[in-house]
This record gives sequence, structure tokens and C-alpha cells, in this order.
Amino acid sequence: MTKTTYREALREGLREALKEDDRVFMMGEDVGRYGGCFGVSLGLLEEFGPDRIRDTPLSESAFVGAGIGAALGGLRPIVEIMTVNFSLLALDQIMNNAATLLHMSGGALNVPLVIRMTTGAGRQLAAQHSHSLEGWYAHIPGLKVITPSTLEDARGMLLTALRDPDPVLLFEHGSLYNVSEELADDAGAVDIERAAVRRSGKDLTITAYGGTLRTALAAADDLAAQGIDAEVIDLRVLRPLDEAAILASVTRTHRLVIVDEGWRSGSLSAEIAARVAEKALYELDAPIERVCTAEVPIPYAKQLEEAAIPRPADIVAAAKRAVG
Amino acid sequence: MNGPRAKQRRELLRQMIRIRRFEERCVELYSAAAIRGFMHLCIGEEAVAAGIMHAAGPDDPVVSTYREHGHALARGIPMEAVLAEMYGRTNGCSRGRGGSMHLFDAGHRFYGGNAIVAGGLPVAVGLALADRMSGRPRATVCLFGDGAVAEGEFHECLNLAALWRLPVLFCCENNLYAMGTAIERAQAETDLATRAASYGLSSWAVDGMDAVAVSEAAERALRSIRGGSGPCFLELRTYRFRAHSMYDPERYRDKSEVQEWKRRDPIERMSTLMRDEGELGDREIATIESEVDKEIRNAIAAAEAGPLEPVEDLTRFVYSERS
Repeated sequence: MTKTTYREALREGLREALKEDDRVFMMGEDVGRYGGCFGVSLGLLEEFGPDRIRDTPLSESAFVGAGIGAALGGLRPIVEIMTVNFSLLALDQIMNNAATLLHMSGGALNVPLVIRMTTGAGRQLAAQHSHSLEGWYAHIPGLKVITPSTLEDARGMLLTALRDPDPVLLFEHGSLYNVSEELADDAGAVDIERAAVRRSGKDLTITAYGGTLRTALAAADDLAAQGIDAEVIDLRVLRPLDEAAILASVTRTHRLVIVDEGWRSGSLSAEIAARVAEKALYELDAPIERVCTAEVPIPYAKQLEEAAIPRPADIVAAAKRAVG
Repeated sequence: MNGPRAKQRRELLRQMIRIRRFEERCVELYSAAAIRGFMHLCIGEEAVAAGIMHAAGPDDPVVSTYREHGHALARGIPMEAVLAEMYGRTNGCSRGRGGSMHLFDAGHRFYGGNAIVAGGLPVAVGLALADRMSGRPRATVCLFGDGAVAEGEFHECLNLAALWRLPVLFCCENNLYAMGTAIERAQAETDLATRAASYGLSSWAVDGMDAVAVSEAAERALRSIRGGSGPCFLELRTYRFRAHSMYDPERYRDKSEVQEWKRRDPIERMSTLMRDEGELGDREIATIESEVDKEIRNAIAAAEAGPLEPVEDLTRFVYSERS
């Protein structure tokens, strides 16, 4: 085991991917000389050269679309977009090309592309750098959406995503980059199909992902101190959703709290709630609870931002309502 | 009479007639409800399709737009695969999943069929990047209309391709209208070749009603691109004789303007030239027409006989199927 950070774990995943496959290259804004907006790719330019670590102009649509074209041309591009808000400038390419080409071409053209981007609030970056739109992307057939929340997943999800024949969007929560933990020395590729039980419990199920996992685990600790034993599921993959894992947990605990940093209306949390209602309604002993971001653009002021996004206390309160 | 120049002219003429007759038949088939959805014809613009595809190499990737029947046919995608696609059959080049606007053929390196204006440009840049990084001496041919010049993706992509000196031939089919909006109502500077040149790439305008001029310009551009000089931009000045799509009542342009352009019909022009120079007689024309007619009849038969995708297969091709 070695103490490392989420940021370094991501970088090690990138390094391994670049080393193991000559077709892999990376491009995006300031990924090279600057070292990445959040420092993830620091040092990779020196190690792999400017052909494979490509700084791009501020042209999200062009370089995301170029990633699609390069994937069609036989390469394995990793495209970095600074934040999910900026990805909207490339939404045409992601939605109308990456997600549709395989289907529109009758299966002839697949797009093995990985797009990484930062998501989420908590750093006082206000309403154009802080939103959680991964749930939007999870709405789109043809895409896979993954959200590493642990160092192990930060290290290993990218490698599996690059071996996938179809486009994969990888969301890194901005609050995680500095998280420092132990990581196994032999950490490597991990699955990008299943949810994971991060804490076993019998009294209720809490689902979370990405940046909200740590919030949910903190809430579970508080609940344990109050005699409530929560199971915490890390969704890991938002599309395709590991519905079986959620249903299995709810079948054990009979209570569900869904934590989602997206807005409540039309969100991933709504999708999870609907599926549980469709397939496990009679397993439930209490109404489903949701803890989501308040329906406001994320504000700058610290106390307002904190009040806008899911906090441990909000999850604890929801859990206590569910347990009754 | 049988020199390389005559041979080239005859091939360009044959290709243009083939495209014209195909498009005319598509109108009938659309009226008979055999083809549905949006359908955009390139009648009047055949010289661009024939000329560009004549110049492109078989390994050069091609990215096109929703007005791409002519590009696909001239590229060599079998007519029956193009027509069956418009019939929505599994023997269509996109298995009936794309239709008129989304013709794809991996074998012919034909990457659509993109119905978002300018949406194909970034993909073309990426295909060229892959060829460059893999050391393959190819050039990506990227076709789009004058409407695309108003989109941000156009400017992002010309800049990126020029910045990285990527092997892309940008072919702008300037037919003077973005659907119903005349170019002077949409572009502050209507000289598109000049605007493209501001990105630091070779750029020039070509008479898009002259297939030989188009072909020679594309050959020259492709030589330059393959020589490592970076991307080129061709403004192909052309005109569509028919409406934007099958739903267009054409309220936005005068009939006299259409008539004026019809005097420059690329097929008439080429056949007159060839007749005048003794390269073509009635018999050759009749032979081309008869071969094309037969090809179209065979394509219709193949499209009509093509199987429909079973509804059980609806959700296939959303994700790759693993063997």
C-alpha cells in the first residue's frame, strides 16, 4: 500500500494507459505545458511528448469531435474537458455523433473514445463551473457514464474505459482531487459495470456516487452512532445503471435514501426512485427519500453553496425519516 | 479522342448523369411514398460530387452532409445500398437506421451523412489526425455547405486543422442558400474562400458547375495536402436547381434566378463541350443513359426486395456487440 491522492491515482491510470497502448493519446485545454487545469496530467508531456499529450485551442466542439474522428480512425483518444459546464459547448458532438454513430451506421462504425471531465460543487466556483450534469449524460443511449469515487476507481476505471468499444464519459468530482488515501501497489483495471457496496448495513440503503459517496459515508457514521445501520451503495456507473444491485440492497433493508448532487427535477435520483417503485415497491417499508442539490444555480458564497448541495446532516435527517 | 483527358471527361459526365437520373427517380419514389423522412437532392450540384470523388483516393476518408446521395454514389457505394437505405431496408448501407441523410459505408471510408450543419467538420479533423499520427499518407475529404460557415464548429475546425497542419480537404459547396436564407442575408463577408484563408490555409474558389475544374482543383489541393502543406479549402460555387428538401415551397428565391443558373447546367455544359471537341456523340450519350437506367432499375428492385429489420432488433447497435 502507498499513500497517494485521487489526482495522482488518475495520473497513474493515464500513464499506464499511455504506456500500454501506442494508440492512446490525450488532448484538451492546457493538458500539456500547464499540466492540466487541476494538475492531473502534470509531467505527462515530458514523458510522452507533444504528439500524445496535445494542448488544444479553446474549441470544445472541435477537439471533442476530433476525438470522435480519431477513434473512427483507429486511435484511442482520451479527451479532457475542464469542467462539465464547458462540455455543453461540445454537446453536439457528444450527443449527435459519439452517441449515435454506431446506431445510425447500422453497427458499422463504433467510437472507442473516453472523455474525462470535472464535475460538481464545493469549491466556491459559482454557477458556471460547479454543476453536476452527469445525470443528463446518463439519459443518452449510446454513452456509458462512469464516476470514480475511490482512489482504486480513479486508478483503474480509465484503463477499462479505453478497452471499451464505445464512448465512455468519466466524471471526476472536483472535491476529490486532493483526497489522500492508501492505494494498493498492484492497483489496476477495474470493472465499469457494477455498483459496489461501500458499507454494509441492515436498516436502510443509501445510494450515492462520485463526490457524494464520501458525504453518504460520513452520514452513515453519524447514523451508526445513533444506532442506525446504513448500507451505502456506490453506483460507480450511471449508465447503464446497475439496477440489480440497488434492488438487491433495498430488498435487504426495505428503506431507501438516494443522494444525488444533480437537481431533483428530472434527475438520476428520479430515475432510481422510479425503478425501485416499478420493481420493488412492496419491499419498501417507508417512502423513498431523496437528498439532492437545491434547485438553484450553484452560488459563490460559501454558506450558500454548502446549503445548496447534499450535506451529511441532510442525509442523516432523510434516513431518520425513512427509519421512522 | 481516347486520351486521358477525354477519358476523364467521359467518366465525370457519366457520373453526373448517373447522379442526376438517380435523384430524379428519388423524387418519383418519394412521391410514391417508397422513400420517407427528409430528403435533400443535389440536382444542379453534380459537378462537385463527381469532381471531388474523382480526385479523392480510395483510402481517403470522406465526411459529408445530409445532401449526400451524389457524394455517396460518386464515391462508389453501390446504388442499391444507397437506395435500400432510403427504403429503410437491412440491405441499405446503414441497415435502414439512417435513411437519406445518414449514408455510411465503412468499406468505402464514407463517414456520413451528417445532418447537423457543420457537425461533420470536427470528425473530419479527427480522422485526419489519426492518419497523421499513424503515418498514413491519406487526406480526409470534408464536404459541407455554405450554411456551415456560419456555425462555430466551422471556425474551430479550420483553425485546429491549420494549427496542426492536418491533411484535410475542406470542400464548401456554396449553393448560395442555407435552406431558405440567401448567403448575403447570413454572411457579413460572402467571399468564403477569403474568409477561410484568414485561418492560414490554402484556399481558393472554383467554378462548381464545371466538373473538370472541380476535379483539377481537388487534385491540386490533395497533392499539396499529401506533400505536408496542411489543409486546403475549396469554395465550390454551385447552385441547387431543386428545392432544399421535399417540403420546401421555395418562396425565398425567384424562378428567374433558378432559370439563369440552369443555363450553366454542369451536365449540359460538359456534354456540349465534349460534342464540340468531337469526344462524344449521340450513341455514347444513349449508352450512358441506358446503363444508368438499368442500374437504377436494378437498385429499385434490390431495395424493394430488401428485408426489413425485425422489430425485435430495435435496440441493437446502441452499444457494440461483443463476440
